[in-house]
Amino acid sequence: MSRAIAKSLTYGPLSVLAALTMLPFGWMVITALKPGDEVMTNPPTWLPSHLAWENFPRALSFFPFDRFLLNSTIVAVGATALQMLTACLAAYAFARLRFRGRGLLFVVYLGTLMVPQQVTIVPLFLMMRGVGWIDTFAALILPSAFHALGVFLLRQFFLTIPHELEEAAVMDGAGHLRILWQVILPLSRPALATLALFTFIREWNAFLWPLIATNQQPMRTVAVGLSLFMGQYGTEWHLLMAAATVTLLPVLALFLLAQRYFIEGVALTGFGGR
Amino acid sequence: MAASQNVSLGAASPAAVRRGRLSLARREELAAYLFILPSFAGFVIFLIVPMVASLGISLYDWELLVPPHFIGLDNFAALAKDTVFRQVLLNTLTYTVGLVPTNIVVSLGLAVWLNTRLRWVNLYRLAFFLPVVTVTVAVALIWKWLYDPFAGLINLGLHLIGLPGPNWLSDPHWAMPALILMSVWKSFGYNMVLFLAGLQGIPASIYEAATIDGASPWQRLWRITLPLLSPTMFFAVVMTVISSFQVFDQAYIMTGGGPANATDTIVLYIYQNGFQFFRMGYASAIAWVLFTLIFIVTLVQLRAQNRWVQYDA
Repeated sequence: MSRAIAKSLTYGPLSVLAALTMLPFGWMVITALKPGDEVMTNPPTWLPSHLAWENFPRALSFFPFDRFLLNSTIVAVGATALQMLTACLAAYAFARLRFRGRGLLFVVYLGTLMVPQQVTIVPLFLMMRGVGWIDTFAALILPSAFHALGVFLLRQFFLTIPHELEEAAVMDGAGHLRILWQVILPLSRPALATLALFTFIREWNAFLWPLIATNQQPMRTVAVGLSLFMGQYGTEWHLLMAAATVTLLPVLALFLLAQRYFIEGVALTGFGGR
Repeated sequence: MAASQNVSLGAASPAAVRRGRLSLARREELAAYLFILPSFAGFVIFLIVPMVASLGISLYDWELLVPPHFIGLDNFAALAKDTVFRQVLLNTLTYTVGLVPTNIVVSLGLAVWLNTRLRWVNLYRLAFFLPVVTVTVAVALIWKWLYDPFAGLINLGLHLIGLPGPNWLSDPHWAMPALILMSVWKSFGYNMVLFLAGLQGIPASIYEAATIDGASPWQRLWRITLPLLSPTMFFAVVMTVISSFQVFDQAYIMTGGGPANATDTIVLYIYQNGFQFFRMGYASAIAWVLFTLIFIVTLVQLRAQNRWVQYDA
């Protein structure tokens, strides 16, 4: 008896809190499926009278959301690929190779983790404008692909891999690239997955820099596109929620598929995805 | 050993001989520089140079379309007299003071709760963590709708229990609390997962020993869990303060800094000056004030760390 009470005292409030946390997403979907004239009624209707799926094609027709989604995909995939490539190489050098200036250079990398991105946006904007890169993928991808976090995270992970595992490859006369590719990287899958996911999500969610680095509608990312939509149709909540749902779906799908790596990544670094 | 082997093997071609003459250490060094080069080049061009340039630009009157001219520290002097900027600093501070303790209490409480060998822990953790990974612009839009004074879910709920709902985002008194509430919802899951990882690192044997000695659950929480979790808590507080100083997306979407500048934050002010009024020098000066604040917070907290953080288990 007392055990049942204790159980419900633990699970009851916890479930209510979890449901409350999910509620904004639920209300988003409900609103997105309401016919337009049922959104602002008094007294309110809690559920739609019928599911207004037509809200989705309508919302997406005001702005080229397919293009925004494509742009965001290109930017997030491009930045992630570039970040992975450069960070793997640099992290290997920091973790495995001896060279002059290694300690100092690593401290410089670490020090920039503290620098807020906002300090760099005015010069970056002037730079991109100077070389005519406003409204290009280069401007959207390059500034975020060299974050020191990637090098730091992978170096820490590479350091935990025992040297003995490389010895056979060294005996065979393998160069550093082959050791990295055939020995280190296959053993680093969890760290690589974590870094890739965090970079992808960070880029997919990015707002301030894409807002500044683009002017032409065809180059907008999905987050910026959504803010433009809000600016023009600010009270059409059923359409706005339909667009928000479309923006969130890829991230939610990715998160549900790979949640283990997100959770482990937070525990591992405490940095990514903030 | 390996070097001499290389020399003998490569003796046939002149290039290999030349390479063989480089000592093993030199070649390792060369490889290291080549490996670091792509990362370092990008790092310098897109981070170090802009960072330093930003300080330089802050010394100029630079209106984008007019040629810049040097004005020394005048931008910083103007900032000191700028009453909107004073408001902006105060707003950012209010936001931080409102968000950080709430975030830590909620995330720590839930982590301790979830750590009591519950079933479906993963499911709860998933639900609480979900807002963290979502697009801030999209969820800010959802919350703007939730806060709608007439048809928003929050005021509908308040109405059901007979409470009058305020005009959340257009009332200068309620706009900041509304922004903070949304941000707590968006961010607490991150620290909760961090704390859960920390809690799982505390050996069960300590609790068992304390229980045998007659410690109550409350005493175990205050005497064991919290002291042993203090490194994680310290880290979480520092990182949450730093990210609070940089709040932008939700303020831009939900209030645009209004009403009457009540939710104008430092980064929003950088954006407005730099990319709405095109005052490059002034925006850079604000950015460096932000940087300095973050630097100071980091230093102060590093000092404080030695005093109240307990590292040995």
